[in-house]
Formats: sequence, C-alpha cells, structure tokens
Amino acid sequence: MELTILSFGIAKDIVGGPQCQLNVPAEITAKELKAQLLQQYPAFQDLRSLAIAINNTYATDDQVISPTDEVVLIPPVSGG
Amino acid sequence: MIDIQLLDTPLSPQQCLERVQNAAAGGINLFVGTVRNQTKGKPVVRLEFEAYAPMAISELYKIAQQIQARWPAKHIVIHHRVGTLEVGEIAVVIAVATPHRLASFQACQFAIDTLKETVPIWKKEIFEDGEVWVAAHP
Repeated sequence: MELTILSFGIAKDIVGGPQCQLNVPAEITAKELKAQLLQQYPAFQDLRSLAIAINNTYATDDQVISPTDEVVLIPPVSGG
Repeated sequence: MIDIQLLDTPLSPQQCLERVQNAAAGGINLFVGTVRNQTKGKPVVRLEFEAYAPMAISELYKIAQQIQARWPAKHIVIHHRVGTLEVGEIAVVIAVATPHRLASFQACQFAIDTLKETVPIWKKEIFEDGEVWVAAHP
C-alpha cells in the first residue's frame, strides 16, 4: 500500500521534504515501518532516536498502520 | 484550569501568571525559558522552532493532566513559541499554582523536563556559519 508520511525537524531534511510517499506491505506495524525507513534512509541510523506517531499519538511497536492513518516521523524532540 | 497554547507571537509571563492566580494558591511557580546567546562557546544568531501542532498540544495536555494527578495543582498554563526567535526572546512559559510552594516547584520542573522529552517541538540553532537541529544526534 501507498503511505503518506509527514516529517518534521531533521527528519524533513533526511527524506527531502515535509511529506513523502512510501510503498509498504499491507498491515505493516510501526516497528516494521521504522526498519524500512532506516534501510531506505540510512541517515536515520545516526539520530539519537526515531519515533513514529499515528494519528497524533506515539505509536507502539506492534501497532498496525492503515492507509488512512496520519503517520508522522518524530526525530529527537528539542522544545523548551 | 489547563491553558495550553502554541503561539507565533511573543509570550507574556505576566499573562500566564495572572491566568493561574487564585485564592487557594499559596505558591505559584513560573518557569521562563529563553534563547541563549551561545552553544558550547559558539555564538547563536537565532533559533527556529517548529512543532507538529496537534500532537504538541495533546502531549502538553497530557503533561498538565499528569501534574494534576500527582500534585494539587488547580491551575496550569503552558505556552510555547513557534517560528523564529532572537537571542533573549522567550521560548516557553510554564505557570503552576498550588496551595503550598514545594508542589509548585516540583510540578513546574516535571513539566519542563517532560516537555523536553515528549512534546513534538524541534529547534534549529542558526550560527554565523551554519545551522543544526538541536539534540538530533547522540
């Protein structure tokens, strides 16, 4: 399935923009998506962390992603 | 009362203070985070804050709710800036009112510490000769 992924901060620089399309297997989990991203964009491996948010909440590793979910890459946060 | 805001205009500590003031409060803790002029000796020209707004607001609410579960903090305000900030400008204001002072110190520290761990806001430091996303790399 085709997944639209939003990116912020340094993740935006790594994938080349605030939004990207990724072709992923159906019923992919957050953990599997992360593994695919680390492989496709090796620069993610240099980050302190990479989290995935689904519909405004941090995803759990085994959470299954559906094509209508809002999926967001959360590189290490640095607010405050 | 919980008041959470992301703003692209200057923050007002005075306004945050007034929002939490109430007759039952014996202590109000006000934290003001500002833009420092250097990082590891390197002059900072300005900062750029970016937020994933809907989730940042929801994570800030969670922090306020966690505070209310742990401390008798009737009123909590967290205002965070987004956009471009010059040195000295205010990036975040947190105000917590509790009946006694200790809880207000603890709750306020918990708020800023947790914010830095969980809230999807990112800052980029702009130097004379380049820029860097803060804390991105180990």
